[in-house]
Amino acid sequence: MKTQLTFFWPLLFAASLPGQAPTADEIAGKSQQAFSYAGQDMVARVVMTLVTARGEQRVRDLTLLRRNADAGRQKYFLYFHSPADVRGTAFLVGKEPGRDADRWLFIPAINLVQRIAARDAESSFVGSDFSYEDVSGRPLPADSRKLLREESLNGRACYVVESVPKTRASFTRKLAWIDRANFLPLKEEYFDAQQALFRVFTADEVRDADGLPTVTRRTMKNVKSGHRTEVVFKQVKYNAGLGEDVFTERALRRPPAPWISGD
Amino acid sequence: MDLRRLIRLAALVAVSVCCASAEDIKLPGDWRGSIHGFGLVNYSARPDLEASPLRDGLGEHGFLLGDQRMQLKLEARSPKGTASLLAKPEFFYDAVAEKTGLGLREGYLDLAHDRWDLRVGRQIVTWGVGDLVFINDVFPKDYGAFFAGRPLEYLKRGVDAVNVNFQSDALSVEWIVIPPGLFTPDSLPPRGRFFQFDPFPSLPRQTDEPAATFDHTETALRLHRTVAETELSLYAYRGFGRTHALRPDNAAVPTRAVEFFPKLAVFGASARRSGLGGVWGVELGYYDSLDDRTGTNPAIENSQVRFILTYQRQLGQDVTGSLEYYGEQIQDYAAFRRSVPSGFPTRAELRDLIGVRVTKLLRYQTLKLSLFSFYSPRARDFFVNPEISYNFTDYLWAAAGGNIFGGPSASFFGQLGRNDNAYLSVRCSF
Repeated sequence: MKTQLTFFWPLLFAASLPGQAPTADEIAGKSQQAFSYAGQDMVARVVMTLVTARGEQRVRDLTLLRRNADAGRQKYFLYFHSPADVRGTAFLVGKEPGRDADRWLFIPAINLVQRIAARDAESSFVGSDFSYEDVSGRPLPADSRKLLREESLNGRACYVVESVPKTRASFTRKLAWIDRANFLPLKEEYFDAQQALFRVFTADEVRDADGLPTVTRRTMKNVKSGHRTEVVFKQVKYNAGLGEDVFTERALRRPPAPWISGD
Repeated sequence: MDLRRLIRLAALVAVSVCCASAEDIKLPGDWRGSIHGFGLVNYSARPDLEASPLRDGLGEHGFLLGDQRMQLKLEARSPKGTASLLAKPEFFYDAVAEKTGLGLREGYLDLAHDRWDLRVGRQIVTWGVGDLVFINDVFPKDYGAFFAGRPLEYLKRGVDAVNVNFQSDALSVEWIVIPPGLFTPDSLPPRGRFFQFDPFPSLPRQTDEPAATFDHTETALRLHRTVAETELSLYAYRGFGRTHALRPDNAAVPTRAVEFFPKLAVFGASARRSGLGGVWGVELGYYDSLDDRTGTNPAIENSQVRFILTYQRQLGQDVTGSLEYYGEQIQDYAAFRRSVPSGFPTRAELRDLIGVRVTKLLRYQTLKLSLFSFYSPRARDFFVNPEISYNFTDYLWAAAGGNIFGGPSASFFGQLGRNDNAYLSVRCSF
């Protein structure tokens, strides 16, 4: 816990007085913690379905491993089970707050570990409607925010927070409905340079996993193209005891069997 | 294309489609297995369909490639995952040579224990930071496949080797031993299919691979660790040059041209890190020509210093660009110049290449446009490879592109100038 407190100290410093509503930055901080940093580590089997406006589907089945480190750093390891063409492909991501993440890609056909240069805000994650940044979380200082109101969404009391990016982003404005009780984002609307709505995120199912509320079904829809990506998190486990050795070049070449099994 | 070929093609496609993949097959001893693979149809031809060094079959009509193949990927894993087996047998029909065959692309046993990994068998190893240029990656390549428009993975050939890995925070080690008798050379563009410079055009060829004696064991070593967010590697290799050298069997009255593989040692280093808004890399290597240290044997490459500088970055939404500069400098250049027989082409002391790659992904990364090119500022020769590929579904993929060579006729890409080709690949994976 200490490590996370270090990262979020500016938020604690601005802690609200009793009885006052939290500030927009506090809400965003708690939301990022609940959505992207829950537990010390996480293991999940993730099925991602990419659906075109005409209903054509592509499916990516992967194992996601995440481990938190100090000062907001995180490591992600993603292993693809299917489709057959990308089976065995693995991603290693070193998230560094304040700059683009370090990314390595393992291509099994030629046994090559490649380093990838990507700007997180502008790169689609494996062709889905999610950007790299949507997967691993946009840095808190990258946006300025306002708490617009509180309202109910699907029977859940929510804060409605507006974010405007201060650094490079795929949007010019974002509205987020954040659950008052567990701080998970239940809906996000992204607006483009013409102030038109172009992407909508929805948390379609929230479940407890190892005592931590988790968005187990989510959708990102591009309302302009009609394309959407549905993501289901299965077999979520927190605090599984992932070691640093899971996030290495060796693991890319030879996936850590205990965590990847279950084909 | 005659009827028989069409039937073979149809049969191959049908087998590929019908051969359903299988996951999680129960094997003896609680091992688990899986079956996957792909069917691939891959043709390439010169735009001028009449020009060809071949005088019969598809080759006569300018085809460089008529490849139909099915690759199976068979995997098995022990209950705890500490042991596994992989085999990739390939069945193919070469419509240019009108030949059917069976090959093993890769096949190995993996064992893991604590910090140690062992891989024994045919395996593909790729080292270094270059994009289509290699220094410390001393493992076999198939340039013929690459220049004829086969999928990029076929640029690499497997080695039959024992690969020992040790992983630690302080230093990780990859040690590869290729036993004598298992030497694998590079595959160069086949003389029958590619127009190219031949110093002994009228002589039959003979290939002398290194004899299977213990002192011909090849070893390659890579030490690596990350220091201050920079990935550092040191490399060493002792074995043989994989691109053949050529000498007449008798200097006075030659009857054969002998392809042989001189002894070679390579020492090098590489570094890679993020910076300047992208990722950059540098790699160096010293090629120690053990059989011609004085540089006086015209048949054997002199020792060389080779280097690569690379930089890649994202240029915009789903657009990536990379730039590299590669050079190789001949040592003992004066001795080299003196040793070249009159009438044979010589080369500059420094050969360099600028490599540029731009890749654009569209339509949710199902459509990929890429352009790769090499240009040598000194030799003024070039190579350009534009390609468009499309994923129709998760299982069906097609690519079309071209390989364009040019430059002075004695230059590396210039001598391949009559081999410009357009290619098409269709791949169905399961």
